[in-house]
Amino acid sequence: MDALYGKTLDELKVIAADAGLPAFAAKQIAVWLYHSEVDSIDAMTNISKTGREKLAKQYTIGLTPNSGVQESTDGTKKYLFSYGIRRTIEAAYIPDEGRSTLCVSSQVGCKMGCLFCMTGKQGFQAHLTSNEILNQIRSLPEKSILTNVVYMGMGEPFDNLENVLKSSEILTASWGYGWSPKRITVSTIGIIPAMEEFLNKSQCHLAVSLHTPFEEERRQLMPVNHVYPLHEVIQTIKKHDWTHQRRVSFEYIMFKGVNDDARHINELSRILHGLKCRVNLIRFHPIPDSPLTSSSENTIQEFKEKLNAKGILTTIRASRGQDIDAACGLLSTKELLRKES
Amino acid sequence: MILAEKMSLKTCKVFENSEVAPSVYYLKTERTSDFIPGQMIRLTENIKTPPRLYSIASGIHDDYFGIIYSVVKGGKLTPLLSGLKPGDKVFCSSAFGSFTDPAKETIWIATGTGIAPFLSMVLSGLHSGKTLIRGARQESDFYFDEIFKLKLKDKYIRCCSSGELQNSYHGRVTQYLWDHEADKKSKYMLCGSAEMVVDSRDILINKGVSFTQIISEIYF
Ligand SMILES: Cc1cc2nc3c(=O)[nH]c(=O)nc-3n(C[C@H](O)[C@H](O)[C@H](O)COP(=O)(O)OP(=O)(O)OC[C@H]3O[C@@H](n4cnc5c(N)ncnc54)[C@H](O)[C@@H]3O)c2cc1C
Ligand code: SF4
Repeated sequence: MDALYGKTLDELKVIAADAGLPAFAAKQIAVWLYHSEVDSIDAMTNISKTGREKLAKQYTIGLTPNSGVQESTDGTKKYLFSYGIRRTIEAAYIPDEGRSTLCVSSQVGCKMGCLFCMTGKQGFQAHLTSNEILNQIRSLPEKSILTNVVYMGMGEPFDNLENVLKSSEILTASWGYGWSPKRITVSTIGIIPAMEEFLNKSQCHLAVSLHTPFEEERRQLMPVNHVYPLHEVIQTIKKHDWTHQRRVSFEYIMFKGVNDDARHINELSRILHGLKCRVNLIRFHPIPDSPLTSSSENTIQEFKEKLNAKGILTTIRASRGQDIDAACGLLSTKELLRKES
Repeated sequence: MILAEKMSLKTCKVFENSEVAPSVYYLKTERTSDFIPGQMIRLTENIKTPPRLYSIASGIHDDYFGIIYSVVKGGKLTPLLSGLKPGDKVFCSSAFGSFTDPAKETIWIATGTGIAPFLSMVLSGLHSGKTLIRGARQESDFYFDEIFKLKLKDKYIRCCSSGELQNSYHGRVTQYLWDHEADKKSKYMLCGSAEMVVDSRDILINKGVSFTQIISEIYF
């Protein structure tokens, strides 16, 4: 049976019409799903009894509890969700001073094959539906204190744009959760056509995985650069209007001897010149059999200071959950291997 | 603005659309630009269906673009492409992309339609110093076999995972890589599915090849 949870208002209108319900019932169902968060169709008491019975013949609410959790000494928690055979994904809950963030997955595995990524090693299994993306939030024990959502878990969100847009619409619409789009960030490696569509259709923040300002080096780290080269990604971003509340940031994992010297600082400041943005430096959490290691603390600090001195707002992301397989995809890969053995 | 205009697609006449293996086709269309072997185009059958990416599989001296595509069951575009006849129209972009091979010695690794950029390189006469390790399940999946045999001779290594093909390695490409010494000086170009590319890259790195010598094109 199909799930009602995760449907947009437009989809609910079609479902309501098929069930012979009046047009306004779609909004009522949305309010039950996303404001009242009911667990059963029967609890939608302002929908006629026959209407509810018709809906229940074809639909469930469609919630999936987590199938496991690991908690770090720093409070970070990794929740596993199983959406079928070989379909285990993870969502990381990261509490911090005054805010708590959930990092959600958008695909089971990933096709993009970035050299530094554990999810990439898993291969691609499936796109997550809007239901499966939102369920990571809805079934989170800490949901009531959640302040931010980042689409930075497993998968490339813009390879599954349709479901990412649907889920973010539900999070931000007045008939949905009514969150400000400023609480949501979607991260991409730079799939340009989908990124343009996202920038036009959504108001959520954008984060772009940059990792080196040089095309040749980026191709070695991220095969997508053969198709969508960095200079075109930056050009596309620069064309967009960032003068309002919306933000763009660049993720930069620091790899020792690969992307952490003066050349990189100079080139980064050149290509980002004139763009209101932030660079987020990230320590690399080693993954099995990787040829890459993290830059030293000193190098990362220096890199940050030099970029800031050049007028590029740069921060270092705090490492969280290192004792619970912090690298994205590591925990679910272990779960996949456990199930297969 | 309609999609085709936005993506700068040109209307191109189809010259030929022939099945080269079960559910795999070679499509020849009017050419929209010059290109470097290894580059790709965006192509669609109608302006409402978003274009998909295809590696060019023809030579630089051919006066057409050739692509190899496999029909994806339930796919939005490839089932439509398989119905095309000579004289029909498709919409193509100019060539773009950087999966090109300026090196003197390169080991090419491909499975499935990932053979396309290397076919383009061979058809363009850029095969000296190159080795191709090619994987497929059965004999019929080694399309354009004769061209590679003729041009690359003993530098054409076929890995047949069903084990039915004579004069070939019986097993997957990844097994072949595990079983053989890796040439640590050569450049490597990998093309095909994410799974094959990621696994092959890991094996090569494990055998001492620097990641800086490996470039990959993934058909995501
Ligand atoms: C750089 C690049 C070059 C390419 N070159 C070629 C080429 O030369 N020849 C060729 O045949 N194809 C090539 N492709 C793939 C091609 O662009 C299309 O994705 C493919 O033809 C399927 O299109 P479709 O519209 O029929 O299927 P879609 O409607 O896009 O997909 C149908 C279903 O199949 C699934 N699916 C699609 N692709 C994959 C995948 N890789 N792994 C797992 N599931 C998948 C989708 O999730 C969807 O559920 C290339 C892709 C890239 C990125
Ligand atoms: S970094 Fe993101 S896009 Fe790259 S392989 Fe990992 S999940 Fe996919």
